[in-house]
Amino acid sequence: MASLATAYFYVCALLAVGGAVSVVAAKNPIRCAMGLLLTILSVAGLFLALHAQFLAAIQLIVYAGAIVILFLFVIMLLGPAASTPSDRRGLAARVLGGGLFGLGGLASLTLVARAAEATHRVIPMPQPDGAFGGIEAIGSALFTDALVPFELSSALLMVAVVGATAVARGRQGARTMSAGEQEIARRPPSHEPPRELHTSGVFSHEVPPQEGAETKENPA
Amino acid sequence: MIPVEHYVLLSALLFVIGGVGFLVRRNVLVALMSIEVMLNAANLALVAYNRSHLARGAAQTYAGQSHTGQVLAFFIIAAEAAEVAVGLAIVLAFYRLRRTVRSDEADLLRN
Repeated sequence: MASLATAYFYVCALLAVGGAVSVVAAKNPIRCAMGLLLTILSVAGLFLALHAQFLAAIQLIVYAGAIVILFLFVIMLLGPAASTPSDRRGLAARVLGGGLFGLGGLASLTLVARAAEATHRVIPMPQPDGAFGGIEAIGSALFTDALVPFELSSALLMVAVVGATAVARGRQGARTMSAGEQEIARRPPSHEPPRELHTSGVFSHEVPPQEGAETKENPA
Repeated sequence: MIPVEHYVLLSALLFVIGGVGFLVRRNVLVALMSIEVMLNAANLALVAYNRSHLARGAAQTYAGQSHTGQVLAFFIIAAEAAEVAVGLAIVLAFYRLRRTVRSDEADLLRN
């Protein structure tokens, strides 16, 4: 029984790390989203192993059901432009930053692991009773001790809905763009959008509309 | 029983992977997904420590067991849903302006 729990943990951990690596390493954003989904499902499985049943359900509903789907919607909406072609500009700075962060993180991780092994002090994992982590327990905690942040989080979500709508719609009501926006939109992007079909997406069969085309003919 | 250190080390590993992805990748969508991975790692650490410190703390208790970590993870999930909604709206607005989702094209405030 104990070996079954151990195997469950290691399978979930391996899947979570594999999903995270594919988020970071995959070229196609759809694959990145699928890796994110894999990580989320594995973390939900680990939540179940940690007696956090309600959080596991919330994780599945909110992350896998809403956030990943939102990412997929945006990737499909952008079509071929969602996957950026790789080039070498700023490569040194990026590799240096990422490498320093990664090496520092991994070094501190190994140090912590060796320190934990050296102390031989096992932090006990007491067995909770059945109510721990259930919807009743979390609901009781949310509506008594955490009532004020709970209500404030509803305000946060409301503001996020209004803000996302306002930002994503743009200036639909305005007849023309402002002078600053025209200036920005006139500047062509410093790279060509990808033409060939090396990505999936609803509009990947057609060339994306070149809105900077007419401005390129008569540059300001 | 898996000790809590295993969960915390896994959480740290996920956090490092997500941080490297955020620093290295220039696709804004992938950077947002890396932030998701990092927040998931934080949630995992919170829930694991909550599981090992059941009786600590006087707040958010139910049947004598503290739920502080799980409640905090709940709020992180709520904040993250808001962050993704606004972030993807910003990505769409940026794409409409510059026809790309590369983060180094967002240089309007340069100089």
